Amino acid sequence: MSWSSQPETAVVGRPPASVRRVGRLEPAALAGVMSRDVAIFGRYWKATTFSSIVQPTIYLLAFGLGFGTLVKTIGHVKTIEYIGTGTVATAVLFSSAFPGMFNTFIRWQFQRTYDAMLAAPVDVEELITAEVLWISLRAGVYGMAPILVAFAFGLQPEWGMLLVPLIGFVTGFGFAAFGVTVAAIAKTIDNFNYITSAVLTPMFLVAGTFFPVSSLPEGVRQVAQVNPLYHCVQLVRDASLGTLGTADLGHAAVLLAFALLMWRLAISQLGKRLID
Amino acid sequence: MAVAISLQGVSKRFGEINAVNGLDLEVSTGVCFGLLGPNGAGKSTTMRMLTAQTLADEGSISVLGFQLPRESKQSRLEMGVVPQLDNLDTELTCRQILTVFARLYRVPRTERTAAVERALEIANLQPRADTIVKELSGGMRRRLLVARGLIHRPRLVLLDEPTVGLDPQVRQELWTLIDGLRASGVTVLMSTHYIEEAERLADTVAVMSSGRIIAQGTPAELVSAHAGEQVLEVYGPPERLAEVGELAASNGWSSRRSGPAVAIMRAESLDSLAPEGIRRPANLEDAFVALTGEEIE
Repeated sequence: MSWSSQPETAVVGRPPASVRRVGRLEPAALAGVMSRDVAIFGRYWKATTFSSIVQPTIYLLAFGLGFGTLVKTIGHVKTIEYIGTGTVATAVLFSSAFPGMFNTFIRWQFQRTYDAMLAAPVDVEELITAEVLWISLRAGVYGMAPILVAFAFGLQPEWGMLLVPLIGFVTGFGFAAFGVTVAAIAKTIDNFNYITSAVLTPMFLVAGTFFPVSSLPEGVRQVAQVNPLYHCVQLVRDASLGTLGTADLGHAAVLLAFALLMWRLAISQLGKRLID
Repeated sequence: MAVAISLQGVSKRFGEINAVNGLDLEVSTGVCFGLLGPNGAGKSTTMRMLTAQTLADEGSISVLGFQLPRESKQSRLEMGVVPQLDNLDTELTCRQILTVFARLYRVPRTERTAAVERALEIANLQPRADTIVKELSGGMRRRLLVARGLIHRPRLVLLDEPTVGLDPQVRQELWTLIDGLRASGVTVLMSTHYIEEAERLADTVAVMSSGRIIAQGTPAELVSAHAGEQVLEVYGPPERLAEVGELAASNGWSSRRSGPAVAIMRAESLDSLAPEGIRRPANLEDAFVALTGEEIE
C-alpha cells in the first residue's frame, strides 16, 4: 500500500496519450488480448496436445484396422490417406467451434473477463478479432496433428501438406467466429447442445471426411456444397495428396468468404450484448 | 480548475426502468469525488457509461476532454477502472494478470516489468505474485483488482463500490490507498453506499437518487444544509417513540427513526417544546436520510 510514497508518478514518465494515434484493430490491442490467451494456454497445452494426438490416432486405428481391412480405397484414394486427411477437418472444426462457443460464454458471462478488458483501451472489434485469431492459429497448428499421426500409419509426406496449417487457420477462423456468434445468441450454456447435435455433428459427417459425398443422395450432396467443412476437406486432401487443381481455388474462396462473414457476424452479435 | 468528467442531461433506460434520468455531473481534476446513493440509484450505470460500456440514450458525456462514446478508447488509455464485481481471471497468477493489463494499457515493453512490480507493491502482493487468483483471499483479490486498474499510472481512476463486502481492516487499507492516489494528483471518482467511506475520503459528495443528483457539496456543506448543526436523539419504548414522531411531524421538524431512537434534525433551532434527549453533532448520514428518505448503512 505505498502509492503515496511515490508522488507525481501518475503523470510523468509517459508521453501524453492524447498525442498517440488510436485507431481500429490496433496491433497492440490484439496482442494484449492474445497475451492472455497465451498465458491460459501455458496452463493447458499438455492436455490440448494430448487430445489432439490421441483423437486422430483412435480414428485411424478404428477406421484403418477395422474398416480399412474391408475397404482398401475410398474413391481413388487409399483408406489411410482418405481418413488421415479427413480427420484434419474434424480436428479443425472441434478445436475452433467449441472454444468459440464455450470460452466466449464463460469469459463473457461467468468470469466477466470481457467486461474487464473493455474497460481498458480495447474495443469490441479488437477483442473478438483477437480471440478468434488466437483460436484459429491454434486450430491451424493442431490441425496438422492428424497428418503427423497418419505418417505413422503410412501416409506419404508431400510438399503440399505445408499448406494444411493455413487451410486449418482460415477454416478455424470461420468456425471460431461461428462459435462466438452462437455464444452471443445462446441464452444458457445448455443451448449449445442444440448446435452440437443439430449443426456440428451432421456437418462433420456430410463433408467427405470418412466417406465420399458422392455416395450420398442428391439432396444431401447439395447440402454438402454449402458446408464450409466440405471445402476444407477437399482442399486439405488435394494439398496433401498432390492433386491441387483449379477447383481448389473455389474451395479456398468459399472458406475465405465464410471466415469473413462469420467474423463480422460475431462482432455485431456479441457487440450488441457486451455494450448495452 | 480543469474538468475531468462532465455529464450533461444524461439518461439511460433499460426497458421500463429509468436507470439514469437527466444526470448532470461535473468532476474537477485532482479531487476525490464521491457518488453516494442507495442500491439502485444508478451509480453503476453511470460508471459503465464513463467507459462507454453502457451507451447513454440522451445527453453528452466527456471524460478527460474526450467526447464519449466516439473517443472513449482514447480516454480509457488514461484512466483506470476498478469494478464492483470481481472480474479477475481465476486461472492466472497475479503477475500474469498484471502483465496482460500492462499490455492492454499500452505500457511500453521496456517498462512493463517495472510497472508490474510497482503494481504488486501497491497491492502488497509481492509474496503472492506467482499464486493463481483462485487461491487468494477476498481481500487480496480486491487489492489485485485495484492494482490492475493502476498499472498504467492513470490520471483518472473510477472506483465502483471499492470496499463493498470487505472486512474492516481491508477497508482501511483500501482507504489509505485511495487517499494516497488523491494526494498524488490523481482524480478519483468513487461510487459508494457507505456513508463513512464518502465522509472520510471524498472532497465533494454528490447524493444520487433515482438516477439523478439531488444534492452536492463537501460533506460538511451537505450536513449543515440538510441536517443542521445538531441532532436530538430521543430514546424510549416504542409508544414513546411514536409519540415523539407525531410531535415532530405536528411541529414540522424533520425527523427519522434511527434504530432504537427518533432523531430530530436541526436540534439547535428547536424551542422549549423539544423533548428530552441526547444532542449530538449532525453527520452525513443524517443529511443523506433527510435527502433521500432512505436508510442505508
